[in-house]
Amino acid sequence: MTVAVVQFGGSNCDRDAVQALAHVGVDAERVWHEDGLPSDIDGVVLPGGFSYGDYLRAGAMAAHSPIMNDVRDAAEDGVPVLGVCNGAQIGCEAKLTPGAFTTNASARFQCESVYLRVENADTPWTAAYDEGDVVEIPIAHGEGRFEIADDRYDDLVAEDRILFRYCDADGNVTADANPNGSRGNVAGITGDHENVAVLMPHPERATLPDLGRSIDGQGVLSAFA
Amino acid sequence: MTTYTATVTVRLKRGVLDPEAETTKRALERLGFELEALRSADQFELDLDAESADAAADRADEMAERLLANPTIHDYDVEVTEA
Repeated sequence: MTVAVVQFGGSNCDRDAVQALAHVGVDAERVWHEDGLPSDIDGVVLPGGFSYGDYLRAGAMAAHSPIMNDVRDAAEDGVPVLGVCNGAQIGCEAKLTPGAFTTNASARFQCESVYLRVENADTPWTAAYDEGDVVEIPIAHGEGRFEIADDRYDDLVAEDRILFRYCDADGNVTADANPNGSRGNVAGITGDHENVAVLMPHPERATLPDLGRSIDGQGVLSAFA
Repeated sequence: MTTYTATVTVRLKRGVLDPEAETTKRALERLGFELEALRSADQFELDLDAESADAAADRADEMAERLLANPTIHDYDVEVTEA
C-alpha cells in the first residue's frame, strides 16, 4: 500500500510522516501538490506545517489548491484520508470535516505533550486502542481551538464522530486539560464517513521509539497498514 | 461595464472567542485607556468590473462565502461603491 503525503509550500511534517508510516510498515511517498494525486494511491496524509504561511486563516489557501479535488474524490471512493495539525485545518477549510480550528484561547503558539482520551475505538484510526484509553501525543499549534455551531456539535456527539478529547493523565476531560479552548475538548474527529479524519495532535511525532515521550501515535497511523 | 469597489468586512460571529482582540484590549488598558470591549475584523477591498452594482455585490458575496470568510466562525458584509 502506498500512501501519498501531500506537500504544500510550507508543509514541514511531510518527511516525519513518511518516516513514521514506514516504521509501522506503510509505504509512503511525498507528493507535491501541483503534481496532483497519483491514481493508484491507497491513502492520503495532509501533513502539518504552515502551508501558504497561514495567510488569511491556517489552511484556507491549501484547501482550495487543485489537488484537494483529487483528495475529495479519493475520500468519496473510501480511500483513508488523515489531516494532522495544519492538515486538520486544511481538512476543515476544505469541508472534508465539519467545524473550524482557530486561534488558541491562550492566543499563543503551544508546543507541548498532551493526553488524549479515546472516545470511539470503533474507527480505523482508533482500532488499535480501547475506548477510554489515555494516550500521550504532542501538539504544536497556534490555531487549534475547535469551533463548531451548537447543532453541528450535537450531531458529532450523536454520530460518535469524536475520536479524541484532551484530558488529564487519568483520562478526566476537564477545562484544565484543554490546551487550546477547543469545544468539548475535541482534538480529532471524523468526516461524514469514517475513512476521513482530522486531528490537531501529531501521531507521527509519537511513533518512532526514542524520539518522543511515547509511541502512542502508532495506533493512528496503523489505519493505513 | 463599470468598475466598482466591493468592501468585504469579515468578523467573528458574536459569541465566538477572539483571543487576539482580548490581548489587544488588555494592551490598550495597560496604556491607560478605558474601554468595555474590543472587536476586530478583517476588511478586503476588491476592485472589479461588473454590469451593475448588484452583480459586483453578488460576485464579492461568493468570494466571501468561498474563501474570504469561514462561515463556521465568521459573519461578513459586502458594500459596493463605484470606483
